[in-house]
Amino acid sequence: MDDNVEISVKNLSLWFGKFQALKNISIAIPKNEVTALIGPSGCGKSTFIKTLDRMNDLVDNVRITGEVIYKGRNILDDDTDVVQLRKEIGMVFQKPNPFPKSIYDNVAYGPRVHGIKDRKALNDIVEGSLRKAALWDEVSDRLNESALRLSGGQQQRLCIARLLAVEPNVLLMDEPASALDPIATSKIEDLLYELKREYTIIIVTHNMQQAARVATHTAFFLLGELIEYASTIDLFERPRDKRTEDYVTGKFG
Amino acid sequence: MAVRTLKRSRIKDAKGTTIELILLLCAVSAVAAIFLIIWFIFSEGLPFVLEAGPQFLTSSIWLPTDSFSDGSWGIFPILVGSLIVTFGAIGIGTPLGVACAVFLAEIAPPAVRRVLVPSINALAGVPSVVYGFFGLVVIVPWIRGQFGGFGTSVFASWVILSIMILPTIISISTDSIRAVPREYKEGSLAMGATQWQTIRSVMIPAASSGIIASVILGMGRAIGETMAVLMVAGNAVSIPNSIFAPVSTLTAQIALEMGYAAGAHRQALFAMGMVLFVVIMILTGLANLASRRRVT
Amino acid sequence: MPVKRREMVPLALLWASGIATLFILIVILAFILANGLPLVNWNFLTAEPSVWGQTGGGIYSTIVATLAVTGVSLAVAGPISVGGAIYLNEYTKENFLRRIIRQAAEILAGIPSIVVGLFGFLFFVIYLAPYTGGWSVLSGGLTLAFMVLPISLRTSEEALKTVPAELREGSLGLGATKWQAITTVVVPTALPGIVTGLILGLGRAIGETAAILLTAGGALNLINSLYDPGRPMTLHLYDVLTEYRDTSTAYGTAAVLIIAILAITFITDWLMNRYTNKLKGL
Ligand SMILES: Nc1ncnc2c1ncn2[C@@H]1O[C@H](COP(=O)(O)OP(=O)(O)O)[C@@H](O)[C@H]1O
Ligand SMILES: [Mg+2]
Repeated sequence: MDDNVEISVKNLSLWFGKFQALKNISIAIPKNEVTALIGPSGCGKSTFIKTLDRMNDLVDNVRITGEVIYKGRNILDDDTDVVQLRKEIGMVFQKPNPFPKSIYDNVAYGPRVHGIKDRKALNDIVEGSLRKAALWDEVSDRLNESALRLSGGQQQRLCIARLLAVEPNVLLMDEPASALDPIATSKIEDLLYELKREYTIIIVTHNMQQAARVATHTAFFLLGELIEYASTIDLFERPRDKRTEDYVTGKFG
Repeated sequence: MAVRTLKRSRIKDAKGTTIELILLLCAVSAVAAIFLIIWFIFSEGLPFVLEAGPQFLTSSIWLPTDSFSDGSWGIFPILVGSLIVTFGAIGIGTPLGVACAVFLAEIAPPAVRRVLVPSINALAGVPSVVYGFFGLVVIVPWIRGQFGGFGTSVFASWVILSIMILPTIISISTDSIRAVPREYKEGSLAMGATQWQTIRSVMIPAASSGIIASVILGMGRAIGETMAVLMVAGNAVSIPNSIFAPVSTLTAQIALEMGYAAGAHRQALFAMGMVLFVVIMILTGLANLASRRRVT
Repeated sequence: MPVKRREMVPLALLWASGIATLFILIVILAFILANGLPLVNWNFLTAEPSVWGQTGGGIYSTIVATLAVTGVSLAVAGPISVGGAIYLNEYTKENFLRRIIRQAAEILAGIPSIVVGLFGFLFFVIYLAPYTGGWSVLSGGLTLAFMVLPISLRTSEEALKTVPAELREGSLGLGATKWQAITTVVVPTALPGIVTGLILGLGRAIGETAAILLTAGGALNLINSLYDPGRPMTLHLYDVLTEYRDTSTAYGTAAVLIIAILAITFITDWLMNRYTNKLKGL
């Protein structure tokens, strides 16, 4: 397999009960790049990225066929260590979901769950993660305050910091900026720029400008199908599929 | 190609499985508790009822400490006493409780609600023996003074029980009024109906199933109440001829006699407990039926 | 909204009903506290009750008995109810089992206390006598556990239900196991609600009399162990009143009970407000 591929999805289909939400998706996600998923709402973007860290396990009546190869193994296999997988492939959700704990405890949560108790080590992780998430300067003097007092944009960056603290390889972001104002959004985008040097990032967005700004590759989903997948420039400027063209030129969606 | 059902494919460590099993046992214990109670009450009471026959319910002669002779185990007056006491309490408690629920759900300003809600919780938390005490030192002497007799009477138990069932009626009715979709109310107000017209012709009908359920559950509370009734009802095993006459109930009679009952007498008391249990089950079932019925 | 004239009467009646309910509570509380509080002093709380048939004395041994039976009931029903609530909310979807158990809790909560007492008498006092000591605070407490269980189970389940799903996802998404997510995020978030359930159960146990009457034995001596028969405050109130006509001890005991119930009401009210605020980040 290509060394530059982080996750390789082959013929992935997914059903919620009788409803087929993903239809025979095949896609190779490049390592240390930002890949954007676009498409009208309800087309299966969230379902797709949740499959990549097995968050669909939480839903009843889910049926999946196909393969998701990560580190040479099909993560859909029964013997996958889901806990380890989720540690390596982390998710940032649309709505910031900090725990009702202090800022410090939010960031230290993952390391603690994974057995780190040493206070000094935790301090270092918390500071490092907050710095990486470009939040340290804003919160360093109030680490013991409730995370819920932060603004929405700060909360989202805290959730990113919380994720970075468990040292993942892949960051899945489901419309991480859609609930934020433009300034907070641009801060998140700047952050993505920094982070992609170290991490493979998959970001769902319904904002095409955002996809164009941050992603090297873009995939266009429609009604559970992957219609087109190309470099972002190609997809926006030279779409091969008529449906992609209609979407990126704003004819629907 | 392999088809996967994720739910089952989740790998489970031994610890996770053990924990899940323990938690399942905890959850199932509520069901087990009921069966345990049914088993013990019925194993003692049912054989007695089968032996005593329908007379147990229909005979009026209750002579438990007599030697075992036919007809001395009739609980008819006690059963009637329970019903009189319960329906009277419901009769008094329902209008006040439902009105208070409407007030709480629709009219009370937030500040008033802030006081009233915990007050109703406190009312629910006052031990029944304290209600009985209050009845004994306040209500009973007052009845004695006003209407003669002993004071311990049907009426005294009505007063005390109607207070005791208020929290049940109020809290369940309030919830059901609150659950009425806002559009109903807005629709009515938008058509120019006044607040009271909206309450009367939209809110109360829409919440009626919950209100009925609350009254049925209040009934269950009244018929199952022991200490307060025991202290104010007078406990005479005969059908009262006036509301100022003493009366006995299933609960009070059990509490009074369990202390010294033995043999068949004790079995008879368990049979009364069984009757009580069946009545409560029927009332709970009715309340469930009522609250499931969707009224538009 | 301007109130029309013919609206005045029904609206006034509704106000009156709210005020009347409040008034009833105040009258009962005020009456008992006014008569009882003057009797409640350190001596009343810490002195032994007087011997058979005489009035006066304290209520120390009855307070201890109350603490013992409520302690036993909470120690048994607390973990079971919280564990059961966790199972229902975290391990099952809306399904048959869940409906059955909810229904069971509802039925259990509705069983009259005297019937639970009959059961406790037969099961704990008679059947399990070698293990419970027959009539004892242990038998009483175990019987009360059957009444505490549904209250705490339902309140805990409600509290767990209000924990946003995103918090679970957030925790699992960081690689926490399900049990870790429950113990480090779900339960801590729902804790005020869970504690409220336990305190409501405590209130039920403190106030219960009928079931205690048939199971705890009623001995006035200070208990030495859980296997001794004891007489909790509620039972004492009933006994001094009906057997010795000792109204003054009754007032004092009732006042102590009322204070306990008021404390419980205030604490639960405060906890629930705190819970709401916690989820809002205040
Ligand atoms: N848990 C679920 N059960 C059933 N259907 C679901 C579930 N989650 C999502 N869906 C359906 O799957 C489709 C894709 O949803 P989603 O992946 O959330 O879309 P997107 O993120 O692109 O807006 C939608 O039609 C949605 O209704
Ligand atoms: Mg989505």
